[in-house]
Amino acid sequence: MVAHKQELADLMNLTSGDQKHDPSAFSTMGVLSVLYDRILHYDAADPQSEDRDRFILSKGHGPLALYAILAQKGFFPASAIENFLHWDGILGGHPDRKRVPGVEASTGSLGHGFPMAIGVALGLKAKGNQRRVYVLIGDGESNEGSVWEAALLAGDLGLANLTAILIDNRSSTRNLGNIAAKFEAFGWCAATVDGRDEDALEKVLAAPASDRPSFVAAEVLPYV
Amino acid sequence: MSNSILSDSMRDRMGKVVNALIERDPQTALVLADISTTYFRDAMQKHPARVVNVGIMEQTAVSLAAGLALEGFHPIVHSIAPFVTERPFEQIKDDFCYQGLGGTVISIGASYDYGTDGMTHHGAADVPILKTLPSMQVCVPGTADEFETLLRQTYNNGAPTYIRTSVQQNGISRPVNFGQLHVERAGQDGVVVAVGPMLERTLAAVADLDLTVLYATTIAPFDADTLQTAVARAAPNVIVVEPYYEGALAPDVAKALQSVASRIHAIGVPRQVLDRYGPPERHDEELGLTAAGIRTRITDFLQMGARARV
Repeated sequence: MVAHKQELADLMNLTSGDQKHDPSAFSTMGVLSVLYDRILHYDAADPQSEDRDRFILSKGHGPLALYAILAQKGFFPASAIENFLHWDGILGGHPDRKRVPGVEASTGSLGHGFPMAIGVALGLKAKGNQRRVYVLIGDGESNEGSVWEAALLAGDLGLANLTAILIDNRSSTRNLGNIAAKFEAFGWCAATVDGRDEDALEKVLAAPASDRPSFVAAEVLPYV
Repeated sequence: MSNSILSDSMRDRMGKVVNALIERDPQTALVLADISTTYFRDAMQKHPARVVNVGIMEQTAVSLAAGLALEGFHPIVHSIAPFVTERPFEQIKDDFCYQGLGGTVISIGASYDYGTDGMTHHGAADVPILKTLPSMQVCVPGTADEFETLLRQTYNNGAPTYIRTSVQQNGISRPVNFGQLHVERAGQDGVVVAVGPMLERTLAAVADLDLTVLYATTIAPFDADTLQTAVARAAPNVIVVEPYYEGALAPDVAKALQSVASRIHAIGVPRQVLDRYGPPERHDEELGLTAAGIRTRITDFLQMGARARV
């Protein structure tokens, strides 16, 4: 495991909560690392700065990896992770934007964060703000109808300041088929990459389409 | 604004006032779901990022509006009552109430305004379900003027607000204020709380009865103080006349009167499948929500109380 990943794992291990090894958390680690290390523009000391890219964990599940990244980047002290899921802690089983610095939206009920991200992207456009919105959805989450409402809408609007990243760890009960092709059919610029290949992730995330929303299917197949 | 003669529908007034807000305030956003789009064609062209018709996807409409609120906008979401309250109920709960965001949901199609379209288009559950949500403000105006007053008073006050418009209106507007019951008249034998467009038929129903009539256009938060004052000056017989599923205000009335030995009776839309087709007035007749029907239920209730005291 490379150094920064080990650091994240160590941060996640600060909690003894049963959910710390949630596959949902580990499946997002590569994408989150690339986003927060190489792609997103932000200032942990000023988490509400207008001059920031917005990241929304739409699926809300497995937030420990996000908490570890945010702690690593200085949004809040790493000691907060010791109280993951604790009564006196700020870090719950799904992220709460009112309690956790750096969390843009409170999510957890599947299929909410993606359409919220469209609203954020439209809001940035209305304000003339050039920053981007990144939203992470899950393959299981993609069973929700609202995900497909959002895919249809953002594609039809040509919302070029939006990037959706789907973590495909084969947790979906239904067979999603070629999900990138489905987004492409809705008007997105779509690609499929290995979700553990950070250079490949960086390459595709750093070069979004200029005339339509961008979609990345990050395959994180279970280890066998 | 009070005592004006009606000149337009609540829906028309919504078009005028929301367009004015969009032009006046660059932080106003509007999200439509294929309903009432003709009112906003110019605004959609002029402000494509903050005046959006998403199409027939009400869950996304509400979540998207919350996203706009996250960016500092005051979003207004609009569609027909069941589609903008029941279908995206969870989006209103999570994306607005839980996140502490302000926004306004405005519906048309109250209860059985679409009376010939069947149960799928009826929206009598809107107010009862939304008033269960923490921080949710709920308004039921009785005229277009009152709609405008309540929209302007609640606009951008930081809380999620639902405003229910209806085809049926009272003939005269009252000087309503958000969060307050309006005292229409005073009496001795009990207190009637009439909600929104039920006021004038209720006044007709109790014309010769010695009852206080309070007029409610804000359902949540409920004005307990005014009710307590009215009940202190009359017999503790409280009747609520509601244009949605009956009983939604009963918990608020009971809580306001917990230190008073009182009787409460709710008159409104009964919880039953409405499988007949006709205009709202025909449904009113069927359900006993005419002035005559309301009078019968109120007098029966008062007589039951009188018998109990003998």
